[in-house]
Amino acid sequence: MTSTQPRGDVAVDGAPAGDPVLRVRGLSAHVAGQQVVEHVDLDVAPVGVTALLGRNGVGKTSTIKAVLGLIGRSGTVELDGADLVHLPTHQIVQRGVGYVPEDREVFSGLTVTDNLRLAERRGSRHRYDLVYDLFPELQERGAQAAGTLSGGQQQMVSLARALLNDNQVLLVDEPTKGLAPRLVQEVSRVLARAAQVAPILLVEQNLQVVRDLAQHAVVLTDGRSVHHGPAADFLADDALTQRLLGVHAEGGGEPTDGGSGHTGEERA
Amino acid sequence: MSTSTDASAGRRAWVGRLLPLGLVVLLACLPLLDLNLPGVLPGPTYTPGTLHLLALAMVMAALALSYHLLLGVAGLLSFGHALYFGFGAYLLGIVMTELELALVPSVVVVLLAGAVFSTLLGAISLRVTGIPFAMVTLAFAQAGSVLVRRDPGRVTGGEEGMRLPTEHVPDALVGVADTRNLYWLALAALVLAFGLTTWVQRSRAGHVAEAVRENELRVRVLGMRPFLVKLAIFVAASVIAIGMGMVHLLLNSGAVPHIVSAEFTISLLLMVVIGGVGSRWGAVGGAVLYVLLNQRLTVLAQAEWVHDLPAVLRIPLSEPMFILGTLFVLVVMFLPGGLAGTVTRLRGRRRSGGGPEEGAARLEEMDDDEQDQTVGAARP
Amino acid sequence: MSTVVLLLFTGVGLGAIYFLVASGLSLIYGLMHVLNFAHGVFLSLGAFLGFEVASRLGASTWTGFAASLLVGALAGAVFAALTERVLVQRLYERHIEQVLVTVGLGLGAVALFDGIWGTDPRFISGPAWMSRTTHILGANVPNDRFVAILVATLVLVGMVLFLQRTRYGMIIRAGVENRAMVTALGIDVRTAFTLVFTIGGIAAGLGGVLASHYFGYVSPLLGQTLLIFAFIVTVIGGLGSLTGAAVASLLVALLQQFANYYLWGTGDLAVVVLLAVVLLTRPSGLMGRRA
Repeated sequence: MTSTQPRGDVAVDGAPAGDPVLRVRGLSAHVAGQQVVEHVDLDVAPVGVTALLGRNGVGKTSTIKAVLGLIGRSGTVELDGADLVHLPTHQIVQRGVGYVPEDREVFSGLTVTDNLRLAERRGSRHRYDLVYDLFPELQERGAQAAGTLSGGQQQMVSLARALLNDNQVLLVDEPTKGLAPRLVQEVSRVLARAAQVAPILLVEQNLQVVRDLAQHAVVLTDGRSVHHGPAADFLADDALTQRLLGVHAEGGGEPTDGGSGHTGEERA
Repeated sequence: MSTSTDASAGRRAWVGRLLPLGLVVLLACLPLLDLNLPGVLPGPTYTPGTLHLLALAMVMAALALSYHLLLGVAGLLSFGHALYFGFGAYLLGIVMTELELALVPSVVVVLLAGAVFSTLLGAISLRVTGIPFAMVTLAFAQAGSVLVRRDPGRVTGGEEGMRLPTEHVPDALVGVADTRNLYWLALAALVLAFGLTTWVQRSRAGHVAEAVRENELRVRVLGMRPFLVKLAIFVAASVIAIGMGMVHLLLNSGAVPHIVSAEFTISLLLMVVIGGVGSRWGAVGGAVLYVLLNQRLTVLAQAEWVHDLPAVLRIPLSEPMFILGTLFVLVVMFLPGGLAGTVTRLRGRRRSGGGPEEGAARLEEMDDDEQDQTVGAARP
Repeated sequence: MSTVVLLLFTGVGLGAIYFLVASGLSLIYGLMHVLNFAHGVFLSLGAFLGFEVASRLGASTWTGFAASLLVGALAGAVFAALTERVLVQRLYERHIEQVLVTVGLGLGAVALFDGIWGTDPRFISGPAWMSRTTHILGANVPNDRFVAILVATLVLVGMVLFLQRTRYGMIIRAGVENRAMVTALGIDVRTAFTLVFTIGGIAAGLGGVLASHYFGYVSPLLGQTLLIFAFIVTVIGGLGSLTGAAVASLLVALLQQFANYYLWGTGDLAVVVLLAVVLLTRPSGLMGRRA
């Protein structure tokens, strides 16, 4: 059951019927000449939330960036059967990949409205109704510079930028990082709603959020994918979570730092 | 199989050690020989004109080596290296004239003053890195250039340039008849500069600089101060440049404001990049190629047949810097790693050491601070 | 008093020319991290072609002057756009090599201008009004200063409107802040690259024509000489900041004028000292984002 490596067209354990929307095979990536992702295989199921888990610094954020072409990479990245690995970032995104980066990355000098307008993609509907329904605050604060918002509000802008367009898949990187418990629940609620519109690949340290949202889990260790399976089964396996995440999942706490060195995502 | 590889590796090591030695001996004998290289050298090797050109090439090669320390070793893109070269040339003349000192004590004074001067300016310039560093060094050099041209106190000769105060220089180093001695001086200076460069590169500072270039963060984590290491290399490179400036003063019997200008530093950049960033032999080769090519192109510009060409061809052909600039752009775009990189690439993919794309990789490493721009990586 | 007024206007006029060069440099650096050594070439080319057009249409007529501004701006724009598309873009993301290419281009182009127009300065004249002076508070201020100030102000206003009001302006502002995230929103940032080069070329081309009137001549080295001061301006103002470029242009030019007059012609040195002071106290410049 554990450590199943998906190969070829063999369905990943626990994945529902249907081809994965995003299929990654043998992905490796480097930043400034340093290897940060060694070999990652993963499938994002066509519906629901797939969680990408692992200790700090194992290459989760780098994996997401490599999928988007934000860092140099090689391997296979297929979106709906089409290979993306040779495309530049903007073309990958235009094919329907929404991205919510770690640390929000709003344009602090631009207003909230301009942040959203910038995110409007050609050839896509722009669902301001959905976005303002989820985050009424953003409409009220439209003229405010995004840099003056609180962390939680900036996260809303960041999520809204991704949800504004029609997406085939959403890549969401640590959306609850540094947020107060009330806001964590809020983000969790938004992601549950977003997952009804497009499948999500979610990097998340808060295992309670993972438990609430994710159907599938992929676990990385040292830049390699080492486990694929249903999220619930993984989190229920105490020995496994202890070994791969360094926590007792039942405790629901933050994984401890595995100390596996710098892999790009902890540069701050 | 393995023994033959060992034998060839051993032979290569021998060749690697003997070749430079043989080259130095050959160069040292040139003034005594009657060799002709039509199209490359203006005349037989014993003639003063040819010796002067070769000596100039060697001084520039030594200067390019010092620039290699900045760019290739420490990853510092300076646009103000000419300032130190000019500092050496002008100050030596000024010290000899104003303090009425003989050549050798003057040289010592200039070297000491230069070490202090470059430490001071280096410490300020290194407050910033990357492209801002380039701009700041450019600004300082510009100030020096303005100073030399304005000629406060009537010591630099302004636009006219400064004459070598020959009365304080040993007779053996003065006059066209003694070009030979100047040639040998230049050769000695080049050998010394090569030795110093090698030594700095292999010293602890050189190794740390290499590490800083590759990953500054890691060096900081290890508790070392990149600033001090960069400063040490900056001062070493500057002092070598100052020394070469002094040789240049003797060689040309004077100094002109051009040697303090931004264009002069840019010509160094051309030499090092054409030769191959990160390679000592590349720097030397690039400099020699540049000096000889510049000389040949100047001759070409004055050729009869060029004057008879239509303007579209005549104008570009009669501007050596246009041709050199174009060559440089082509090298940057199509020959990553310059001449040295190309030689390594041609010599074989069979050897793994060194790596063919090293020059290009070095330039990319220098970009590291820019890569903070990637999403999620930078600001706290 | 009259000296101060004269120095003030002359300084602001020079600052206007610095701004026309530095604004483009700063935007290009802010968005692309390229230090554009060919920027002075855009200026010189604008000045030379403007000079050629004006002398054909009548250098002393306003038509000739207006045409020279137009042609200067156009020449700067076209040459800058070509530079970006043909040279800089091929070396995408290789910043040091991009700088080297612009260095080579600068070197080659100046040599080519030498060949075409000669190394000696070409003295130029404009409409008669521009070479006359206006009496203000006891000082006789040359009129070409006002033209330079007016044009630079219009360029500043135009740039601000473009950056604030248009989608491409928004992309450029966002890109200066965080270029990778702009591409991660599905935007092809390379179009914006060509655009900032073109805008910089327009400003530099205009600056070339105005500089040739300000200094009274045009020469192949005009651009590269101004470029060095423009570099200093961008570092002092903060790389990537348009406001910083505007403020620092005035600061540098005024300091230069006043030091030249009151401190025995040490204007250029005073500017370098100011640069050193700014670096020691605020390495990211007056308006720089990153501390």
